[in-house]
Amino acid sequence: MDHILTLGFLATTLGATWRLATPIIFASVGEVISERAGVLNIGLEGTMLIGAFTGFATVYATGNLPLGFLAAGAAGALAGLLFAFFAITIKANQIIVGAALNLLGLGLTSFLFRTYLVQTGQGVQIVPAMDVPLLSQIPYFGTPLFRQNVVVYSTILVALGAYFLLFRTSFGLTLRAVGEHPKAVDVGGRSVALYRYAAVLIGCSLAGLGGAYLTLAHANQFVEGMTSGRGFIALAVVVFARWSPIGAFFVSLLFGMFYALQLQLQAEPSIHIPYQVLQAMPYLATIVALLLVRNRTDTPATLGVPYRKV
Amino acid sequence: MADINIPPPTNATSILAGASLRAGLSRLAKATAPPVVAVLLALLAGAVLLAVTGFYAFDIFTVMVNGVFQDVGSIAEMLLRATPLILIGIGLCVAFRCSIWNIGAEGQFYAGSCAATFCGVQFAGLPSWAHILLILVAGAAAGALWAAIAGLLKVLFNASEIVTTIMLNYIAIFMTSYLVTGPLMESGAAYPQSAKLLREVWLPRVVPSTRLHIGILIAVALAMIIYVFLFRSSAGYAVRIVGINSHAARYAGISVRRSILLAISISGSMAGLAGAMQIAGVTHRLYQDISPGYGFEAIAVALLANNNPVGAIFSGILFAVLDSGSELMQINAQVPQVLVFIIQGMVILSVVGFAALKFQSARPQE
Amino acid sequence: MHVQPFLRMDNIRKRFGSVIASAGATIEVEEGEIYALLGENGAGKSVLMNILCGILTPDEGEIVFRGAPLRLGSPEQAVRHRIGMVHQHFMLVPSLTVTENYMLGQGSPLRLLSRMRAVSSRISELSDRYGLDVRPDSVVRNLSVGEQQRVEILKVLYHGIDLLILDEPTAVLTPQETDRLLDLLRGLVKEGKTVIFISHKLDEVMRVSDRVSVMRDGRVVFTTKTSETDPRELARMMVGRDVLMDLPRTAAQPGRVVLAVTNLHCNNELGLPAVRDISLEVRQGEIVGIAGVSGNGQSELALAMTGLVPTTAGSIKLNGEELRGLSPSAINRRPFAHVPEDRHKMGIVLPLPLTENVILQRYNQAPFSVRGLLDLNAIADHARDLVRRFKVKARDVDVLIHTLSGGNQQKLVVARELARRPDFLLINQLTRGIDIGAMEFVMQEVLKEREAGKAIMLISTELEELFAICDRILVIYEGRIIGEVPPDRSRLDELGLLMAGKRIDTAPAATLM
Repeated sequence: MDHILTLGFLATTLGATWRLATPIIFASVGEVISERAGVLNIGLEGTMLIGAFTGFATVYATGNLPLGFLAAGAAGALAGLLFAFFAITIKANQIIVGAALNLLGLGLTSFLFRTYLVQTGQGVQIVPAMDVPLLSQIPYFGTPLFRQNVVVYSTILVALGAYFLLFRTSFGLTLRAVGEHPKAVDVGGRSVALYRYAAVLIGCSLAGLGGAYLTLAHANQFVEGMTSGRGFIALAVVVFARWSPIGAFFVSLLFGMFYALQLQLQAEPSIHIPYQVLQAMPYLATIVALLLVRNRTDTPATLGVPYRKV
Repeated sequence: MADINIPPPTNATSILAGASLRAGLSRLAKATAPPVVAVLLALLAGAVLLAVTGFYAFDIFTVMVNGVFQDVGSIAEMLLRATPLILIGIGLCVAFRCSIWNIGAEGQFYAGSCAATFCGVQFAGLPSWAHILLILVAGAAAGALWAAIAGLLKVLFNASEIVTTIMLNYIAIFMTSYLVTGPLMESGAAYPQSAKLLREVWLPRVVPSTRLHIGILIAVALAMIIYVFLFRSSAGYAVRIVGINSHAARYAGISVRRSILLAISISGSMAGLAGAMQIAGVTHRLYQDISPGYGFEAIAVALLANNNPVGAIFSGILFAVLDSGSELMQINAQVPQVLVFIIQGMVILSVVGFAALKFQSARPQE
Repeated sequence: MHVQPFLRMDNIRKRFGSVIASAGATIEVEEGEIYALLGENGAGKSVLMNILCGILTPDEGEIVFRGAPLRLGSPEQAVRHRIGMVHQHFMLVPSLTVTENYMLGQGSPLRLLSRMRAVSSRISELSDRYGLDVRPDSVVRNLSVGEQQRVEILKVLYHGIDLLILDEPTAVLTPQETDRLLDLLRGLVKEGKTVIFISHKLDEVMRVSDRVSVMRDGRVVFTTKTSETDPRELARMMVGRDVLMDLPRTAAQPGRVVLAVTNLHCNNELGLPAVRDISLEVRQGEIVGIAGVSGNGQSELALAMTGLVPTTAGSIKLNGEELRGLSPSAINRRPFAHVPEDRHKMGIVLPLPLTENVILQRYNQAPFSVRGLLDLNAIADHARDLVRRFKVKARDVDVLIHTLSGGNQQKLVVARELARRPDFLLINQLTRGIDIGAMEFVMQEVLKEREAGKAIMLISTELEELFAICDRILVIYEGRIIGEVPPDRSRLDELGLLMAGKRIDTAPAATLM
C-alpha cells in the first residue's frame, strides 16, 4: 500500500497517463473540430479501428512507419467522406450514420485482418521512444514522462494546431460560424456543406491517426475491436472539454489517468479491489463527467442538425 | 378512397372494395420496398467485398442460404439466433420511436443475463414454472433498470443517452466478468463461468431434438403486444408524439420525461428478457462474452423494420439467416464471419439514406 | 424625357411549390431616397427584397440597376454591386465578436486572422462617424436586440453599400431605438445612400419615407409620394379587402366573466420578465383581442395561461377555479382550448395522419382511449366529423397532415379545439400564413362560437383580423396591457400609437406626466 504513495509510482502513473491518453487526444481533438462545425460523429470508434488496421497493414507490408501513419490518416478521412456524404449531403440522421460507421469499421477491419493478416501473427516495429533533452534528466519524472515515442509528444502539437486552426484562421472562424449559425454563412456566400465536409474529414483523419497510434506506437499488433470504447470516451471528452481543443487535451489526460491507474493498481498485489471494478473506472468516470457539465451554453447551436436552405 | 366530402355512389361498393385492396397492397409495397432494396444493396456490397478479396460471392451466398434452410435442425438454430434479435429489436423500436438513441441494449442484455443467472442458481425448491417466470421477470427488470439509469440521467441531467448507454455497456460487461470470476463462479470450475442452471428451470423446447425454445414464440407474441402498445395504446401514442415533436407533446399535456423513461425502460426490459432467455434457454449458465453483439445487431434490426415491431420479426429473422449463414460461410469457405457486421452497417446506411431522401422529397414547400 | 431610375425591378415572379410569393411585382426606386415597401405579413415584400439582394433568384422578371441589367447568383455578388440587406432575423453569429462577424466569409479561408486589429479600428471609426455606438470587441450574444441591429447596419456600411435594404427593422425595437434608427436612415440618405425600408407599420412609413409602395398578394397595388397620402389610405390599400372581411355580426352581449387573469407575471426562456402584471377579463359571448408588435410578451402570455411556461406571480381563473400551477394536462381537462401560435411547432404533428392529430390533447380520454387502448373507429369518426364540418380539403382522414395546405391544417386545429366544447378559447394568431378562403372560414367559425356564448381571447399581430372579429382590443407592449381600443377602423392611428408604446389618454384625469 505504501508503495502507491511514492514519487516513483506517481511518475510512472503520469507517464502512462500521457501514453494512454494519446489516442483519445487525437480522436477528441478531431471531434472538437467536427462538432464545432455542427456535425456529431459517433462513428469515431469505427474510424479509429480503420486507422489502426490501415496503419498496421501498411507498416506490415512496407515497414515504413511514417507511411503507416499517413495511410491511417487517409483511411480515416475516407471513412469521414462516407459519413459526410450521408450526414451532410443526404442529410440522414447523424447518430444512425455514426452507428453504421462503427459497425462498418469493426466489420471491415476484422474481416480484412482475418482474411489477410491473422495467420502471420507477427508484430511490426513500433515507433521508438525518444528522450527529450534536459527534461528526461529530471529526477523521478524525467524518464517516465519524457522518454516516450514521438507520437505521444505530438499530441501537444495536435491540440495547439487545432486551436490555431479554429481560432486564428479565417477558415476556423467560418467553421465555427457554420456550427452556430449556418444561415449567416450561407447568406455571406460560403458553402455550409463544404465547411462541414472539411471539418468531418479533418476530424476523422485525426481519429484514424489515433487508431494508428494503438497499433504502431502502443502495441505492435492489430487486435479486433482493440479501441475498446476509446472513440466513445472521446465523445464524452468533447462535452466535458466544452468544445475546446486545449480542453480536450487535458480532459483526455484525465481519462488517460483512469486507464493508467487501472493498469497500475491491477499490477499491485496489495490492492484487493476486483480488477473489473478498476477496468470499469474510465467508463464510470465518463458518465460522472457528463453529469458535471450541466451548463451547455458552449454546445454548438446546430450540433447534429442538417442544414437545409430556405 | 374517394373524397370524403362527397358520399360515394351507392352501387360502387365492389369497385371501392377492389380499390381499397389495391390501395392496401400498394401501401404495403411502398412500405416494404425500401427495406428490401436496402438489404439487396447491402448484400451487393458484401458480394463486392467478397469478390475483391478473392472469394466466390455467389457460391458462398448459395451455400449460406442452402445451409440455413437445409433441414429442421438448421432452421431451428437460425430461429434460436433470431429470438434475441427480435426481442431486443422490438424494444429498440419503442426507444427509437421516442427519439431515444439507446445504443446500450448490449449492456442491458448482460444485466438481464446476470440477474437471470442469479435467480436461476438461487431459489431452489420453487415450482419449476414459477422459477422460470422469476428468471424471466428478473432479467427483464434488470434490463429495464439498467436502461432506466441512462433515462434518468437524461431527464434529470440532460446527459446524452448515446454516451451513457455506451458506457453502461462496458460497465455491464465488466460486471458480468466480475460475477463469473467471483460471486457467481462455479466452484472448482477451470474457466470463469457460473454454475449450470438445473434442468427444471430450462426453457421448454418447441421443436424436439433441437435447441429452439419457447422464447421464439414469446418474442413473436411480444412483438404483437409492443405493436399494439405503440400504435393502439394512449401511452404508446404519447411516446411517439414525444419522439416526433416534443413541443407538441407538451402542448398535448404529455409528460415528456415520463414518456422517455417509459420508452427506454421498455426497450431495456426487452433486452434484459433476451438475456434471461439466453441463459435459461440456450447456455444454461453465465460466462463472459455471453452476447456476440446482439445489442448492436438489433439496432439494425429495428431500423430495417422502420421501427415497426411486427416488421422487426422479419428483419430479426433476416439477420439471423445472415448470422447462421455466415457461420457456415466461415466453416465451409473460410470467409470471416464478421462479414455480417459490414452487411449490417450497409443495411443501416441504405435504410437511413432512403428515409432521408424520402423526407426531402415529401417536405411541404412553404 | 424619361430618366432611367436608379433601380427598377420589373414584373418579378417567384413561386415556392404551390405558393405564389411574388406575382409580377414591379417597383422603381430613385437614388438618394427612403423608399418604403408596405404590406401585411405574407404580401411578398421580403421575397422581393431577398431577390434583390441575391438570396433568391426570380422565376421571371428582370432587375435594372444603375442602367444595367442585374443578375445575381449570391448575396456576395449583390455586395459587389453595393447592395446590402439587413435581415429581419439577424445574420450574426451570437458566439462571435462584432469584428469576427464582420470578417466572416471575407477573403481567402487560408488567411490568418491577423487583420483583426485593422478591421476593428475601421469598425470603431465607422461607428463613431454614424454615432452607432458599436464596440468591435463585444460578443454579439451579450448585445441587446437594438444593438445587434446597429451591428448589422454597420456591417452593411462597412462593406461600402450604396443601396441599403432593411426588412422590418423596427419589429423588435423600442420606440426610442426606433427613433434613433429613423434618424440614422435620414442621415444615410443625406450622404447619398439609398434606403429601401420594409414595414407593415404605417406610422413609421409616414414619418421617414419619401415614397411608398403597398404590396398585397405578391403584387404592388399602390405607389405614391408619402407626402401625398395618409395612414388611412395606406391601411385601406394594405388590406384591400375590407368589404370582404366585414363579417356580419351582432352586437356583443357579454355575460358573466369566464376567464380572469390578475397581476400575472412570467419570464421568457432567458429568465427575463416577459409578462408584467397583466390583468384582464374575458366574458361569455365576447371576443377580446390582444394587439401588439410581436415579441412584446404575447407568446409567453399564451403559454403561461396554458401551463406551458411557469408563472412567477398572479392568478389565472377559469370559471372561478385557479388554473395557475396546474399542469398542461390538467388544464387540458378543463373547458379551456388553445389554438397555438405556431401550428408546425406545436399545434400539429406533421408526419402523422389527421386521425392522430385530432386527438392530441384527448389521446388518453374517452371516447378515444378506453382502458388505455385507442379506439381507432371513434378517432376516425371524430376526424371525419371535423373534416366535414370545417370543410377541410383532405383525401381521407388517414393522410398525413403535412400534405394539407396551411389553411386546411389551421381549419383542422380550430375544429379540434372547438370540438373540445370549451368555455374559454385562447387563440394565438388565427389566420397567420393561410389563404383568404380559409381565413374567412375560421373567422366566421370563431364568431359563431361567440354567438354561442363562448369567451374568446384572440392574440394577433394582424390588425385586420382583430378589427374584423373582436369586441374590444387590448394592446400589449413590453409585457404590459397599456390600453384598450374599440374595434373601430377609424381609430387605427390610436391603436398604432399604443402598439408603439405611446399612451394617448383621452380621459384628462388619466393624463400622464
